[in-house]
Amino acid sequence: MRIDFQTDPARYRHWRIETDGNLANLIMDVDEKGGLFEGYDLKLNSYDLGVDIELYDAIQRLRFEHPGVKVVVLRSGKERVFCAGANIRMLAGAAHAHKVNFCKFTNETRNAMEDASANSGQKYLCAVTGSCAGGGYELALATDHIILTDDGSSSVSLPEVPLLAVLPGTGGLTRVTDKRKVRRDRADVFCSTEEGVRGGKAVEWRLVDDVVTNSRFEEMVAQRTGELAAASDRPAGENGITLGPLARDFTDNGVTYSAVEVEIDRQSRTATITLAGPQEAAPGSVAEMIAKGDQFWPLRVARELDDAILNIRLNELEVAVIQFKTAGDGAAVIAHDEFLEANAGHWLAREILLNWTRVLKRVDLTSRSLVALIEPGSCFAGTLAEIAFACDRSYMALGAFEGDNRPEATLVLSAANFGRHPMSNGLSRLQTRFLGEPESVMAANTHIGEPLMADTAEALGLVTAAYDDIDWEDEVRIFLEERASFSPDAMTGMEANLRFAGPETMETKVFGRLTAWQNWIFQRPNAVGPDGALGRYGTGRKADFNMDRV
Amino acid sequence: MLDTMNVNYDTSIPNNVGLSEDRRILKALERWHPGYLDWWQDMGPEGFQESLVYLRTAVAVDPKGWAKFDYVRMPEYRWGILLAPQEEGRVVPFGEHYGEPAWQEVPGEYRAMLRRLLVIQGDTEPASVEQQRHLGTTAPSLYDMRNLFQVNVEEGRHLWAMVYLLQKYFGSDGREEANGLLQRRSGDADKPRMLGAFNEATPDWLSFFMFTFFTDRDGKMQLEALAQSGFDPLSRTCRFMLTEEAHHMFVGETGVGRTIQRTCEAMNDADITDPTDVEKVRALGVIDMPTLQKKVNLHYTLSLDLFGSEVSTNAANAFNSGLKGRFHETRIDDDHRLLDATYPVLKLVDGKVETVDEPALSALNMRLRDDYANDAGKGVERWNKIIAKTGVDFRIELPHPAFHRHIGEFAGANATPDGEIISEAEWLERRDEWLPSDGDADFIDSLMKPVWEPGQFAGWIAPPKVGIDNHPGDFEYVKIEV
Repeated sequence: MRIDFQTDPARYRHWRIETDGNLANLIMDVDEKGGLFEGYDLKLNSYDLGVDIELYDAIQRLRFEHPGVKVVVLRSGKERVFCAGANIRMLAGAAHAHKVNFCKFTNETRNAMEDASANSGQKYLCAVTGSCAGGGYELALATDHIILTDDGSSSVSLPEVPLLAVLPGTGGLTRVTDKRKVRRDRADVFCSTEEGVRGGKAVEWRLVDDVVTNSRFEEMVAQRTGELAAASDRPAGENGITLGPLARDFTDNGVTYSAVEVEIDRQSRTATITLAGPQEAAPGSVAEMIAKGDQFWPLRVARELDDAILNIRLNELEVAVIQFKTAGDGAAVIAHDEFLEANAGHWLAREILLNWTRVLKRVDLTSRSLVALIEPGSCFAGTLAEIAFACDRSYMALGAFEGDNRPEATLVLSAANFGRHPMSNGLSRLQTRFLGEPESVMAANTHIGEPLMADTAEALGLVTAAYDDIDWEDEVRIFLEERASFSPDAMTGMEANLRFAGPETMETKVFGRLTAWQNWIFQRPNAVGPDGALGRYGTGRKADFNMDRV
Repeated sequence: MLDTMNVNYDTSIPNNVGLSEDRRILKALERWHPGYLDWWQDMGPEGFQESLVYLRTAVAVDPKGWAKFDYVRMPEYRWGILLAPQEEGRVVPFGEHYGEPAWQEVPGEYRAMLRRLLVIQGDTEPASVEQQRHLGTTAPSLYDMRNLFQVNVEEGRHLWAMVYLLQKYFGSDGREEANGLLQRRSGDADKPRMLGAFNEATPDWLSFFMFTFFTDRDGKMQLEALAQSGFDPLSRTCRFMLTEEAHHMFVGETGVGRTIQRTCEAMNDADITDPTDVEKVRALGVIDMPTLQKKVNLHYTLSLDLFGSEVSTNAANAFNSGLKGRFHETRIDDDHRLLDATYPVLKLVDGKVETVDEPALSALNMRLRDDYANDAGKGVERWNKIIAKTGVDFRIELPHPAFHRHIGEFAGANATPDGEIISEAEWLERRDEWLPSDGDADFIDSLMKPVWEPGQFAGWIAPPKVGIDNHPGDFEYVKIEV
């Protein structure tokens, strides 16, 4: 079964979006029988990847289709339960790779909520009624403001350790300490107490922002949404654009989108993603951009790339290397970049730029070897060049290739490469690349807009190596073969270490700790062995732990 | 040596647990006591706090001593801490600790689970007092009024029992929970009681009788299961509570039985042979059989919901840990571990009601519910005997467990009382055939006129066969102070 990341509100089984002026209610009402796989019921608003795919879709649509929505209120559509977190039986039954990719995607979705709030003026408020456990509380943690009902039983909790012998997988521990800044000993009590914390203590410990009785609950929600809305710069009176279904055609060995092509060579375990530059000129006005809607090239290609990456992550587990190629006119890409920069204050341009930031982060966080092949006829310019900077390595063709009448390969820099799309460490990809030589960023900056030939690009440190047509084919082949021969686990670990030089942020901590601690624990017999906590969950039998501390 | 048989009245709190030697817990309970009395004044029986009520109070926990009767004002009732005597050499009777000595202290790893069980059980006790607080004013007799108040004070004592365990064994968390039990209020949108059925109104006396028959019987089954606990103080507490709970069952079963008796007699006197001729029967000022059946349908199904999901991780954990056993655990002939056993569970599979074998450990709620249905069914048969004796052609039936459910496998399914799955439209159309309608409630309400003369009974209910404590029919069970 292929997991599909495309959906739309008409097809949702688990969520509802109800907009009301500058407010939207995003209501979680999980269909128990709507699990992505057999073998588990999504009870008590628990979720699996299918539920989160809808959430991701909803968050995207709230930004593009509802520019006037300033505050999104996250609610439960069920009585007495807000959300029980990720479904345990799903986790117990899932392959390790699925669990890891599931956690990664849910993390990216939570980050998208925080991104909407921090950069796009769309604030999130979590209205917690009923028990809010594990991944449920992690959802709440991703919002700006948490209101908990004080009904004597509603609580927030992270029961993963006492209940399941694993860690919260969507940033719960990090957000408790780094975002909500809960005192460490209280955090220790909280994270080792299955039933969690309720009432006034939850506020005192900063686990939630407000605790209020049922009868005053909606009043408090209205007050806080009003305050959040007042601080939002989202426009009034603008119509959104519709995110239509992607034009896609799946074959046995790839996917064809309108501007993105995915080809999978199963023999060499390589996926080639080719992005086509714009065929049309950049719009002359904001009105023209709006009229193009979801067909506007920068938006269209970003959505297609996002879908392509997610498809490879979840459905093409054996792909070892993704090689990125581009084809088209670099000047047209730069023209689009310049248009977006010039109109960055417009809500739609802003959303498109921020969406690119998220898609590029998705590339950064994809645990496959990434290589950019900058060939004749390619258009690694501005935003598309940023993909090359996201790769572990980049190879650039030097000079004309015999029998190839396409223009020689060039690399073009734009504002998109200098801070427009920060990585999760808060730095631009060039800043991260040149962490020990900030002057190299300055030097590259002086070449903005210039089509850089391979020798210059290599001299500026922008590519790993430049090869002429004598060496090109062999060098690339050897790299791919070597890469595919390494241990996939070691590659994942090595690349994740090398990609994120520089400072830690909450995001890098969340992903780093997910990759290290959570995934380690998820592999250990104490969690997933035949007598481990996940396998025994629900049977009534206690896990049989190996008591050695590691 | 501590005398655990007789109740010690030296302290302000009667007890057989040596409170006067345990200063720490005595102090904690004495601090909780005023809050409890405030709660009783605010939420206890309305309008009768000054009346003298002929109540029983335990003076010893052996069968002879626990039922001593006398007049008392309810706020002065001697609520106390009473545990059944400790059994020498008792062992954990089930779960992975099967055969180990029963715990006299809470094992650390089970502390949270056990506390949750106690809080949920404890929360139901004051809730029913709150639900029933307005009923005194419409009592059909002083006998019934006294029974209501007896039930109320004993539910109050059951709260004490749970609070004692919380205070004694669960430190500051336990104290916090004990205070929480006094703060929640039945039916209050802001501070509701924990379980759904305990937030429903008990608007009339028929509802009260049905509640004590059906819902208190859930309480009985839960206490039976907790009485098996490997945590010995809980076991002993519940064993004593069960002796009191039996009286509540009695009030419910005889209350409904006497209502049935009166209806059948009135029908016979008026030569009405068709029990479904609702208008004619109601004209006699008695409650017709179809309405009684609807009340059974309602209260039985609300009570089934209290057993939780048929397949439950919490129930499995509680059993395996040795905290909550099965009904009559020690009389069951099996390995008492259930690691490989299965149990048949009724489920909704592709729109059909089917029996599916589930691991017995996770199906413990289903099993307790089956034991409950069996227990309740026996009482219903005794009602049917009353009807049969009068010659009226009617049978009360318990509805199918798929009918009118809000929790578990059948939550949200539309089923008839026979368990047939139907469309939502049909359900909405026929609902009033099966469950009390507003009109039914109005009719019952119209009969709720107080009768406070000693020996007199409202026209819709027959007198009891024997009085409480063998008193004659005109005994003044409540001396009303207005």
